[in-house]
Amino acid sequence: MERNFTLVVLFAALIAVLGLVPPIPLASGVPVSAQSLGVMLAGAVLGPMRGALAVLVVEIIVALGLPVLAGGRGGLGVFAGPTVGFLIGWLPAAFVTGLIVEKLHGLHVGIAAGLGAALGGIVVLYACGTLGLMAVLGKGPLEALMLSLPFVPGDLIKAAIAGWLTATIARYRPGALLSRPR
Amino acid sequence: MLSLALPGTSWAHRLPVGLKFGALAAAMLGLTWLTAPLPLAAALAATAGLYLSLGRRAVAEGARALRPVLWIVAFIAAWQVWEGVPMLGLVLGLRICTMVALANFVTLVTPLPDLIALIERLARPLARFGLSPRLPALAIALVLRFIPVLRGRMELLALSWRARSRRRPGPRLIAPLALSLLDDSDHLADALRARGGLAPRPATPPQGRD
Repeated sequence: MERNFTLVVLFAALIAVLGLVPPIPLASGVPVSAQSLGVMLAGAVLGPMRGALAVLVVEIIVALGLPVLAGGRGGLGVFAGPTVGFLIGWLPAAFVTGLIVEKLHGLHVGIAAGLGAALGGIVVLYACGTLGLMAVLGKGPLEALMLSLPFVPGDLIKAAIAGWLTATIARYRPGALLSRPR
Repeated sequence: MLSLALPGTSWAHRLPVGLKFGALAAAMLGLTWLTAPLPLAAALAATAGLYLSLGRRAVAEGARALRPVLWIVAFIAAWQVWEGVPMLGLVLGLRICTMVALANFVTLVTPLPDLIALIERLARPLARFGLSPRLPALAIALVLRFIPVLRGRMELLALSWRARSRRRPGPRLIAPLALSLLDDSDHLADALRARGGLAPRPATPPQGRD
């Protein structure tokens, strides 16, 4: 119980700290922040429920007005803005990432985590983000999706890195991989 | 880690937290109903008035917090003009700016301790599920405590990487950071268990007979 609690808390802190890493611009000029990598990692390592809980802790801290989102953003205003879908979408993103790692237990953990991160951190996350854009901007699904497409290449890279990091953690701290209980 | 809340004891700081959040929720709902530019412009002017009533620092902070949204709003407005419906662009821009500014206002005038107290109050039903109601507040406090710790460790890892390599570290340093974090987690769990763990305390001390 205590260990699950501290893992959730520390992964929440990790997601917040990855928001402080300066974004790296891709060849296309679109900035890529490391923060959603933390979300993928939380799901892949902690499993669906605890991964989503770690994200929930981060979102509560954002709502409390602490500037823990990439670019020093935070506060209730983020939840009123057009990108709210991507913020709320982190919850199912971490959940689905963890679920894939858990369900595909026959697969190598790094590959399962990369697949999970791509499905959770890209497909599910962009679906939520697009719904949010549609709601705030009153746009159709295709137009709203177009707004977020430039970020897909960066997120594919992040999914691959999340897979590699999860495999590394599984090798050195197998007991901490709550998504694959032994 | 500093909260975005402004220090001070203005009229808005002194309002009860529940009232501020209730009013914000009502305002959000009201703003989604407004579809004409004039009432929305009035709402934005009223929001600006709220900021002005707190002085120059509040206005500067509000403008800073609004800046990332303004980019998106400008883009959307330009898009609507290009599609030949400039009025829709104006309505959307006004509504988004007002909503975000209002929400940021509540953040600016609500000190962190008030919010933690609100969370503890909302978490009280957790006791029914055998969890301590202090759990959410403890989680938040621990995250805020560990953000500077992890940040310092990341800088240390980057320094030792640079001492050994000319290449940029890239994301590979997240691996040792995550591994060290897992060890921290074990130590922290031991420390929590040594202090009584996370089980809820009995509300009243057991009554002895004498």
